[in-house]
Formats: sequence, structure tokens, C-alpha cells
Amino acid sequence: MQHESVIRDPLLLGKKTYHQITEDVARPVEGKANKYWWLMLALAVTAWSWGIGCMAYTVGRGIGTWGLNRTIDWGWDITNFVWWIGIGHAGTLISAVLCLFRQRWRLTINRSAEAMTIFAVMCAAIFPVLHMGRPWLAYFVFPLPNQFGSLWVNFNSPLLWDVFAISTYFSVSVVFWYLGLIPDFAMIRDRAKVAGRKVSYYCYRILSFGWSGRAKDWQRFEEVSLVLAGICTPLVFSVHSIVSSDFATGVVRGWHSTVYPPYFVAGAIFSGMAMVLTLVIVGRKVLGLEEYITIQHIDTMNKVMLTMGSVVGVAYFAEFFFAWYSGNPDESFIYLSWNNAIGPYGWAFWSLIICNNLLPQLLWSKRMRRNLYVTFVMSIIINIGMWFERFDIIVTDLYRDYLPSDWSYYSPTWVEVGIFVGTMGMFFTFFLIFARVFPFIAQAELKTTLKATGDLFHNPPRRLKADGTAADGSTVQPQTAH
Amino acid sequence: MANQKKYWKGLEELTETPGFVKAKNKEFAEEVPVDEFLGKQAQNSSSTSRRDFLKYLGFSVAAASLAACEAPVVKTIPYVIKPEEVTPGIDNWYASTYFDGQDYCSILIKTRDGRPIKIEGNTKSSVTMGATNARVQASVLSLYNSERLKNPSINKSKSTWEQVDKEITAKLSDAATKGGNIRILTSTIISPSTKKIIADFTEKYSTAKHITWDAVSFSGMMKANEASFGKAMIPAYSFDKADVIVSIAADFLTNWLSPVEFARQFSVNRKVGKDRKEMSRFIQFETIMSTSGANADTRVQIKPSEEGAVALGLYNAVAKGTGASAVSAPTLDDKITEKINKTAGELLASKGKSLVVAGSNDTSVQLVVNEINRLLGNYGTTINAAKQCNLRQGNDADFAALVTDMKGGKVDVLITYNVNPSYNASAALGFADAYAKVPCKIALTETADETAIGAHYVCPIHNYLESWGDANPYSGEYSLAQPAIYPLYSKKFPRENVESKHEGTRAAQENFLKWMGSENTDYYTYLQNHWKENLLKGEGYEFTAKWNDALQSGLLSTSAEGEANAQAVSLSEAASKIAAAPKGGVEVVIYEKTGLGNGNQANNPWLQEMPDPVTKVTWDNYVTMNPAEMKEKGYSLLLDDNRDASKVTVTVGGNSLTLPVYPQPGQVKGTIGIALGYGRTNAGKVADGIGGNAYPMVQWVDGTFRYTAAGATVTKAEGTYKLASTQTHHTMIGRPVLKETTLEEFKKDGRAGNEEEKIVVSDGTKMTEKSFKDINLWDDFDAKEEVNQINNADNLGLRWKMAVDLNSCIGCGACVVSCNAENNVPVVGKEEILNTREMHWIRIDRYYSSDLTMKEAHDQNMTESTRMYKMMDASADNPEIAFQPVMCQHCNHAPCETVCPVIATSHSSEGMNQMVYNRCVGTKYCANNCPYKVRRFNWFNYYRDEKFLNVNPAQESNEMGRMVLNPDVVVRSRGVMEKCSFCVQRIQSGKLKSKIEGHTIKDGDINPACAQACPTNALVFGNVNDKDSRVAKLIEEERSYLLLADLDTQPNVFYMTKVRNSEKAILE
Repeated sequence: MQHESVIRDPLLLGKKTYHQITEDVARPVEGKANKYWWLMLALAVTAWSWGIGCMAYTVGRGIGTWGLNRTIDWGWDITNFVWWIGIGHAGTLISAVLCLFRQRWRLTINRSAEAMTIFAVMCAAIFPVLHMGRPWLAYFVFPLPNQFGSLWVNFNSPLLWDVFAISTYFSVSVVFWYLGLIPDFAMIRDRAKVAGRKVSYYCYRILSFGWSGRAKDWQRFEEVSLVLAGICTPLVFSVHSIVSSDFATGVVRGWHSTVYPPYFVAGAIFSGMAMVLTLVIVGRKVLGLEEYITIQHIDTMNKVMLTMGSVVGVAYFAEFFFAWYSGNPDESFIYLSWNNAIGPYGWAFWSLIICNNLLPQLLWSKRMRRNLYVTFVMSIIINIGMWFERFDIIVTDLYRDYLPSDWSYYSPTWVEVGIFVGTMGMFFTFFLIFARVFPFIAQAELKTTLKATGDLFHNPPRRLKADGTAADGSTVQPQTAH
Repeated sequence: MANQKKYWKGLEELTETPGFVKAKNKEFAEEVPVDEFLGKQAQNSSSTSRRDFLKYLGFSVAAASLAACEAPVVKTIPYVIKPEEVTPGIDNWYASTYFDGQDYCSILIKTRDGRPIKIEGNTKSSVTMGATNARVQASVLSLYNSERLKNPSINKSKSTWEQVDKEITAKLSDAATKGGNIRILTSTIISPSTKKIIADFTEKYSTAKHITWDAVSFSGMMKANEASFGKAMIPAYSFDKADVIVSIAADFLTNWLSPVEFARQFSVNRKVGKDRKEMSRFIQFETIMSTSGANADTRVQIKPSEEGAVALGLYNAVAKGTGASAVSAPTLDDKITEKINKTAGELLASKGKSLVVAGSNDTSVQLVVNEINRLLGNYGTTINAAKQCNLRQGNDADFAALVTDMKGGKVDVLITYNVNPSYNASAALGFADAYAKVPCKIALTETADETAIGAHYVCPIHNYLESWGDANPYSGEYSLAQPAIYPLYSKKFPRENVESKHEGTRAAQENFLKWMGSENTDYYTYLQNHWKENLLKGEGYEFTAKWNDALQSGLLSTSAEGEANAQAVSLSEAASKIAAAPKGGVEVVIYEKTGLGNGNQANNPWLQEMPDPVTKVTWDNYVTMNPAEMKEKGYSLLLDDNRDASKVTVTVGGNSLTLPVYPQPGQVKGTIGIALGYGRTNAGKVADGIGGNAYPMVQWVDGTFRYTAAGATVTKAEGTYKLASTQTHHTMIGRPVLKETTLEEFKKDGRAGNEEEKIVVSDGTKMTEKSFKDINLWDDFDAKEEVNQINNADNLGLRWKMAVDLNSCIGCGACVVSCNAENNVPVVGKEEILNTREMHWIRIDRYYSSDLTMKEAHDQNMTESTRMYKMMDASADNPEIAFQPVMCQHCNHAPCETVCPVIATSHSSEGMNQMVYNRCVGTKYCANNCPYKVRRFNWFNYYRDEKFLNVNPAQESNEMGRMVLNPDVVVRSRGVMEKCSFCVQRIQSGKLKSKIEGHTIKDGDINPACAQACPTNALVFGNVNDKDSRVAKLIEEERSYLLLADLDTQPNVFYMTKVRNSEKAILE
């Protein structure tokens, strides 16, 4: 049924058997964590606690503790919100869009990418609530029946669209993710039962919803997966389009731009891929999954990143060009304009251009794409660049407003920085726990790829090195298709 | 049919055995074995029944829970018998008078539930004509200054009035019998009755003498007038009657002599429109960029040492034109001479309809100015010497003599009233030493100021809003002051003359009456008697009627003008003195700021936070310097949102002061300016330690105080200092934000400077130019003509609009303070202004002109846009200045309204954009999306957060300060957005009033606080659906335009192009 082209690199190295995959996936869940894991968890929890402290201070005293002002009413808060939402995008793209396109290389990374999505959206959701002057009234944004009479929310407001878009996105993503986890939980449950680990068995029995592995289960599982992938796919595009409407529907020049929805989606995938790379490059090493998440995977993701980076680059250029071409004096000061490049926020402008446009050009080279160190550094640089993109859009479009008398400047306070660090801590806390408690790779689905290469069953398995060459130095024969 | 059958439970019931009957009424058929489980005999004897037990239980639970929730104890005492005139929720208005030795204003006091909350101009006054300024507006807050003195004290320990009166009377009679000198030092007193009391006092104590001295003196001018008119006085000026106004360093619009009155007068002849295409021309010669200079049509930069030379030059040029003889004059720079000659030409062309004033306190300069006015025939037309102005009476020489006497130990008793010489006397006289030598010092003061803390007896006096009083600002013009509140710190009850232990404050005049042993020590009676004898002649009912009339209007005019003719005076002596004026080194101008003035209200946070009209800096004074010169010296130019100013040490004579330096375009090179009123040490927690005190630098030359000095040195000091300004970019960067034209252009085309902006649109086949109004996707919110025709015009309802006449606005900031008072706008302090978080609902943008305009850039084909914008961002060396008040524009297509997720901001059917504070969750998207940036966010709980304890009068802990709050307007909590509401509470009350009175709303019935306060009537508010209203007419004018019209926000506020009567228009 599955077909692997002979000219493609194999999706899995090491000639895995079903059992080997089971063993490899179950190992981190069943084994004990090493001290590095504990150290990282301690760091993450510390950062998270610090963030919670800063959030409490903000809620207690007011957002005057931040650096915002009369002219620039959004700063790090919304920058971080859009950044986190953007990061979430790659997960859904990988699991849903690539699922529909039958890109089977996604199978080793989709679980972790989806987890990343969910945690990133959780981090993102903190900011819209916290940036409110009165967060305890955040429920006002929901169209709830209430005792205030016929009080309704404003369906014209893009902020309200955000509420619906993000809550839908989050709930569908969680369902999709969890659905994929059920057979894997059942696998761990069964192993725990055999091994006699009672607590583990009890927990995973609940988590696996009584999965029995019958053919009917599998059939329903496949159907629901496909339906959810179909639902998720438009969400990938809608969420960031709607987030971009927060800006595009405004009259602030620089924001008021029709290119925003596609440009934001491309940017989101760009940054999301970068974050996936950051996470899996560490994850494959720490969890010993080099044979599952191969250089080929990283190369492919780098290609996606390069494509999306180029789309974003074209959008930047278009913004820059039209600001100049309009001849409008107001437009001459937007975030992508020469006046901004040489203005007080020039450092933010150049950070964006260097991180997002110049440095990613290295990825045209195959050597660079397949170099783990380059990729890792690049993924972090791109995430910094994408953070600056949002910062530039928000702050440097606001600080040079229509009336020059309003012009101002903004720097964050330690409270805002603390909250951002806190969400980082929260993200990594969740991710580290996820990596140890949940099967890191969607093994049930991954095992379907084994059928593609029946050769494995004819020849004795050989251990392969991470780069695809055989451990004994012999060349690997292209696998023939059946 | 009802069931008549009877059932029984057993034979016992059927037969009704005695045992059954006994047990029937018991709750439990069988005996409850209570003894078995209680077992104690004592409890058996208890008579508590089950019901009682439940009662007790219920009561104790209720009592315990009531005791647990302790309600805050608020001491409110209701009226036992409600005064007839006080209705909760209804405001009462009292006519009164404001004069603090600086500004005179006839006012109306708005009181709510017995407390004054707002000051407004009295439109019936022929002097101030309903105008106010920022200081007058802010004075209501000074009443609630919690640091006012509450008790008399002797040698800094609390005392009672009995003790104080006893000791002072003893000291006074002791001094009088021994022949020791008694001196009363006051600032100008314009109250005839108070003057009479002081005269009585000096009569009683033969060694007593009254000395008048003003912090900012006009003594030199009075001396000059003595030479010209034979009487040391100041004449009345009429800026409204002048076609050409020339001012040599007189900031008459916001500080000089009677700024409230002059600003109103000035605006009269500056109004242009469809029917009036003429306006006065205003030429200012000055060093610093004053508010008046910022409003001048032509501003000529001169050094302070050249003021006399300019006056002489002008005199010679005028003399040449009138045939009078010239005098020798120092030579001036060619450019200045050319301007002088042009100015003289213009003056001669408007002989008798011109006015020359000078701000200098140099007798010689004033003498020359008098001669110029005499040659031009301005006496009797624009200057009325017969009508004496009493607003400044200080005599510098008397004061200097007093200080000498004090130094020599010749003064035994010194009474100071409404003066603060320890703070604002020039260092030249050495007042501090002299003050220390006076054996008995009595200070009549509201607060423990710098002078009072050195006094032996400190006698706290009433605030003007608590006092009776009268005023005689001009000969023949009288006004009354009446208390609008029972004195806050008086513990004497009104009708109780028994003063067993009398503390608190009392009327200043009462002190004198007490100490001279008057029979009747009640100042109110004295005042009434004084008026009865001198002004309102009549007895009994006749007097009462007249008195009530005067009290109701607050005014009385008599035709008591004297006669005075300007005599020709020889100018040779003056000319030689002017020629000998010191020059060289760095020249210093010591000036008054529009906010604080001479600094007597420095402890008023509203004034401290009001941005200076020109620099836009709050909460500080600084050294102003020419930016080009600063660049040479390497000082910070505060460019690109930088707020770190360099610090310099200025040394004049032996006095030095270290202050931040502010780059002021238009300041003359080689000069600096320093504002008075700062550097207080004992003003109170708001003002203490802010800025530096420039008073010691005031020069003592030739018998008068001079507010300029030469030969100063300026050296760079260590460190930087953050200056909190509300505007960090000062030009329009080529954007058509503030439209202006020249009178010449305006005469040719009413639309000059306001050419309709059109954009090219295509319908697919051909390109056409259309105005923004015609390419609208959405319905117009305003009622259109068709609607007008279909409906009866009366049914259109109300549609509020505001016109902002940029030609009238002088940038004085009265509207800002008035809005603060009306709308409970929080004061946020310097640190928050540095964070660009000011809360003012109305701001006045001030724009400097740049050397490159957009048109010039296009003509020069400057395609390199960044260089072009950099040049546009830099102010010209001697820039033209324009002021633009910006408040919520109440857009009909409001960008804020569509983006709010919870509909916390919405549009009213009357055109106003409204905030629903309760609904606001504070996403701040509305503020981001507001192109005018008029929305203000409550970043903190300004009324509760400790950070604002010292600055915000509305702090919860400040019981006094909170009394100023307007009960009609809610105090906003943190996390909500707020902004100008067009004073919706005033609109509402105006509508209700007209409903009760049964008429439609007339134009002018409803006025927002800003429009009411405006001294120049630059803000006009009204219902545009009423075709006879002023706004309906103004919006049809060719000058009207909308701010950022191309965004199609369709504001309900519209602007009127500024028209400059520039030099070209006259001379070319």
C-alpha cells in the first residue's frame, strides 16, 4: 500500500522491527530520568515561578508596571502573544496539512510538534488576558448570557475574532493530539500490565480510554483522524489570518495592510518550523531517537523553513516598496521603511532583517541544511527574528504616529521581561514532562511505514549510523518497493 | 360530600382515657429520656425551652456574623434642617473675585453640596469678560491643600488666637510706645476695605508703615509714569482697540500685568471669518520664547541688554515720522534695525490705533515707551491713563529701604501678609540676614512658607474662597468676593461670638482689626460698612438691595475716572542710562512661566503638571538655550525621544544655580532663560525640591529690580537630568496637521492654506479627482440635507460639534486645567509623564516651523526622503509657532469603536463617542487605533496607589484633596480607558435645565469646561442641527477643516485655519 521512492532516503534508519519501535518509544516513558532532565526541569520551573510572580505583580498593581504608554499601548505583551501563536502553527501544519498531503516523514515529529502547538497556545493565551487592564473581567469577551441585560460583544472587533479563533484552534488541536495518543497510551498500558507496574498501568488505562486495538477501533481511529485533519487544516490558516486582522483592520499606518493574512501565516509556519527544529534536535539526542528523526527530516524541515522565509522576505519587500511607492508621508515611517531603519528603533529593524532575511539564506546550501549545529543555531536565530518581526510591527508602527506630537518611545520593564521568561519556563516545563510521560513519537502510525519496506523482513537488520551509512562501513542498498 | 368518618388510632383515643388525654399534646408520645443522656440535675432545672434555644442560637449567630463584618465608619453628618439653598445634586453658583497679587479675575464659583469645585469666568465683568487662565482655574485646588495651616502658632508651637492676639497686641503697643518701628509688608492689595483697615492700623500705631512689594515688580514702570503723568500708577490698556501691537519682551498674554484681561482683549481683534478679513498685527521683540512671542506675527530676536536700545531705536524711527526730535541711541545689529524701521512704519500707519508695551522694569525703557505711545497718539485710544490700573502697586525702593532698616535693627515688628520675601527677594538686598534681625515677626499666611517658618507668630488666614473681600482693579471698577464655603479649618461656629478657645484660620483683615483694638472685629461688617459709606450710599433696605445686587453679580462699576495727560518728557537722561546698560557675557532672562507664574501656587499639582505652552515640559524649571549653541557646546539636544538633558551651572554675580538645559528654538544665541516659581523649600510636598529658585538672581539696579542680567557664566555640570515633557517631536514633519495661511492669502482666497485634498479614483474607465467626503463606503452619521428636507428640522435632534479656532488659541493651558477640575482627571507626577502617560483629556500640541516645508521639498525635487524628513524634523532657528488643542475628536466613524471587543466605547445619537467605564476590560486596542492619540489609560489606581500619594489630590487618604472632585463625574479605577467626553455631564444637565424651563436648547447654554475657560474663545461648542448656532456657521466657513480628514474618521471636532498677519502681507 505504501510506496517509497527508491531515490528517497529512508524514513527510518536502523531497519527497525515493530518491536524495536515499541521499545524505543517506550524507553523514555518507562525508564528513569537522568540528571540533565531534572536540571532542565528545575530551570524551567524556576523561570515559570518567576513569571508567575511577575504576573501576580501585574494583576495586583496594574499594567502601569509595564513600559507601555499613551502612544504605544501594546508592546512585549502582544509581541509575545503573536510569537507564541505563530510557533504553534508548525505543529498543526505538520500533523494536519502534511497528513492530508500524505507526507509520511511527518510521522516521527508530529507528536512533539503538536505538543509544542498546545503548549505554545497555552503560553500565548496568557498574554491577551494579562494585557487587559482588568483581567478579572476577561469573561466579558465571551458572548455569555448575563444579568446585565441585553449586553452583547462586538462582532466587528478582531479581538473578538481572536477569542473564537484561538479557542477553536486550541480545542481542536488538543482533541487531535489526544486522539493520536490513545493507541500509544494503550501500548504503554499493556506493557505496564505485563511488567506489573501497577500505578503506571492504572494511569495509562485511564488515559487510553479502554483502547482494545480491534479492527473496528483502528477503522474509527483512522476516520476520525482524517476528519480532524480536515478540520485542522483551515484552522492553520484562519488563526494567524485572524491574528493578523488585529493589525490589518486598524487605521494605524503600517498595520493597515491587505498583505497581512498570508504574510502572517507564512511567518507563523516559518517560526513554528524553527521551534520544532530547536526542540527535535535536542529531543532526538536526549531521547536517543536519531534513527527516527534523521538528518533527512531536518533537511526537509529546513526546506520548508527556507520556503516560508522567502515568502516572508517577499512580503517584507512588498511592504517596504509600497510604503515608499505610495509617497504618503505617514507611510514613510512604517516598520519597514528607511526612516525606521535609521531611527531610534533601527536596532530592532536590523535585527529583523538580519535574523529573518539575511542569515536564512545559508539554507540554500545542502551542507548547511544537513548540519545539525548550523540548523540548531539557525532555528534559534529565526525565532529571534520572528519575535522582532512582531515587535517591529507593533511598536515601531505605533511609535511614529499620525500626529508628530504623539511620537514616543517604549522600553519594557523587568516585569514584562519576567512574564515572557515565565512563559518560556512554562513551555519547557510542559515539554519536558511531555517528553517523559507521553510517547514522544506516534509509534502506532509510524509502524505503518514499516510495510513500505518489506526488505527489512528478508534481511537481518543492520545497525545504521545517524547519517545513514551502515555501522560496518558497507553502503546501504536502496530499498526496493513492493 | 366531605368524609365525616372519624378514625382513631386505638381504643385509648376512642375512649379518651385520662392517660391518653394527658399525653395527647406532647410532641413525643413516649417520654424522652433526657435524663439518661444529660444526667445532670442542674440542666434539668434550666427553663430554656427548645424555641428559646433556637432564638438564642439565631441571635448569637447573627450577632457574631454582624460583628465580623465591620463596616467602615464614615463620619457624615446629615443636615438636621436642610438649608433652603442647598439641594444635593444641584450646584450653586456664587460670584466672587480672584486676586492673589498676580492675576485678577472676576469669577463664578460652582459649589456642590456646600463645597467649591470649579471656578469659571464671570461674563458680566467688563474687565475680564468671562475669561480665566490656568492659575485662576487651579486656585480651587489650593483651597483643599491639606498642608494649609490649621492653627496659629507662637515660635513654632501650637497656640490659640487669644494667646496670639494678647502677645501681639502687647508687642505692638510696646513698640509704639517705645517709638519702635512697625512695618507691614504686603503684596499689592486691591481691596479698598483692606487698605482702609491697614490705614486705620497705621493711624493707631503711629510708628507703623505699610510697604507694598510685588514678587515680580512693575515699580520701574510706575516711576516712568510718574514722570509722564505726574502720578506713580499704571494706565489701562486696550489690546482690542489696537491694530498694531508692539511688545518689547512683555509676555502680556500669559503673565504681564493682567494676562486674563489682555488675552481676551487680544483675541477680539484677531478673529477673522467670512465677514471680517482684517486682524491686528502683533510684533514681539524678545530673547526667550515666551507664550506671547509664540503668538506673534513677527518675532524679532534681541538680547535683554538691547531692550532699551530697541525702544530708543523705535522712538527715533517714530519721531522721524512724526517730526519729533531724535535722541542718541546705541547702535544695533542691522537686521534688528531693519525690523525696527519696518515696525515704526507700521506703527505710524496706524497712529492712534497702535500700542507699544515693554516688559522691562527699567524706568528708562518705560519712559521711552511712554514717549513712543505719546507720539503715536495712543493715549486716550488704546491706553487710558485716566483709568488707573491698581493691579501692581509695589514699590521697589520702599522695599529696599525696609530691608536696610531691618538690617540696621530699626524694625521692631514686621507683619508680612501675602508675601514671601524669604523665597522671592533678590539676593542683592540680603533679605535673609535682615529678616533674622527683626525681633518680632508676624506672618499672615495660608501655608508655612519660607517666610512663615522664620516668623515668631504665624497667623493662618482664610483662603480666598472662604473669605469676604472686595477689589478695585481699575479706578471705577469694583468687585466683591464672597465665601463659597465655611472656612475649612475654622473651629468657630458662624453665629457664635463666644470664643472660648479659638483656633483654626481667620480672615487676614480680622487680625489687623483685633490688633488695633477695634470695637468691631468682624471683617464682613467692616466691609459692608465700608461699601455703605463709600460705594453704595444708602440706608436700610435701599442699601441691602444695592448690596445684594452687587453681591449677586459680584461687580460694581462707577464712573470715577480721573484725568491724566501724558506729558512730553526729555529722554536724554534715559538714553544715556540705556546706553550704559551692562552687556556682555551670557545674558540671562528671568521670566515667569504660564503655569506657576511667580510661584505662589507652586504646591498646586494641576499647575505643576500643566505642560508649559512653549517647551511642553512639566514639573520642572530649566535653563533655556539656543539649540545651535548647545550643539557647539556638546549639550544634549533631546532629539529622538531622548529625555536626558545636560546640566549646567549658571552663575550671575555671586549666585549660582544648577539646572538642566533645554534646547529652545528661537532663544537668542548667547542668552539663557530661567523661570521663576520653582526651587521652593517650604511650599508643601508637591512643590518642594522641584527645580531651582531664580529669584536670588534678580538684579537690583538703579532703584528697581531687573529681571535680566548680563555677564553670567554657564558651565557644564556633572550628570544628566530627565526632563518630563509631553511632546518630544516639535515640527509637523511636512504633514498637514495644522493648517495655516497668511492674511494676504486669506484675503484673496478664504480657502487659502485649506485647499481641499483630493485623491484620484478610477471607476474602471476614467480617472477622476474626488474629495474624501465623496468616496465613502459607509453612511454618513450626520444628518444629510435630504434628511433635512424630508423631516422637520426640529426633529433632527441634537448633534454636538466643537470648533477649534487655531487663529485664536494662544496655547495658555487654561482649558487643560479647567478640564482637570471638571472631569477629575488624575495627576500622575513627573515619573509618569516621563513614561508618556499624562492623563490630560485635552492637550495643546505646539508645533515649530521647520526650515524645509513639504512644498519646498517637492519643488527642490528632494527624493531622498530620509534626508528630507530629518530636515523637516528639525525646528527653524527662529521658528513660527502654532498651537493646536487636541481632545477626543468624537469621530462619527470612530476607529476606536469598531475594535473594542466588548463595546465599551460607542456612539451616542448626539454624535458623541462615549466611554462605558464599567464595561471596559482594558485591551487598549482603541487607544492604539486612535489616530489622534487622545485616549488615556488608567495604568494604575491613581487614587489609591502609593506612588501618587504626593501628587494626586484625589487620593483616598487625602480627605481634603478629594473634596475638589466633581460628584457628577466618576473617579476611574485602574485598567479602564478614559478620554474627553465633551463634558457629557454638562450637556445632560443643560438638557434637563432647558426641559424644566420649557424651551429648546439655545446656543451657548451648554459649554464644556475647556470652552468655558478659554480666555480667547478659541473653542466654540454647540448643536450643529441648530442652524443659528455658532458652530453651524463656523463649519460652513472656508477655514474649517477636519484633522486627518483623509482617514475618513469624520470627527465632530473641526479646526479653523490659522491666519498669520505676517510681514509680507503688510509691506510687500
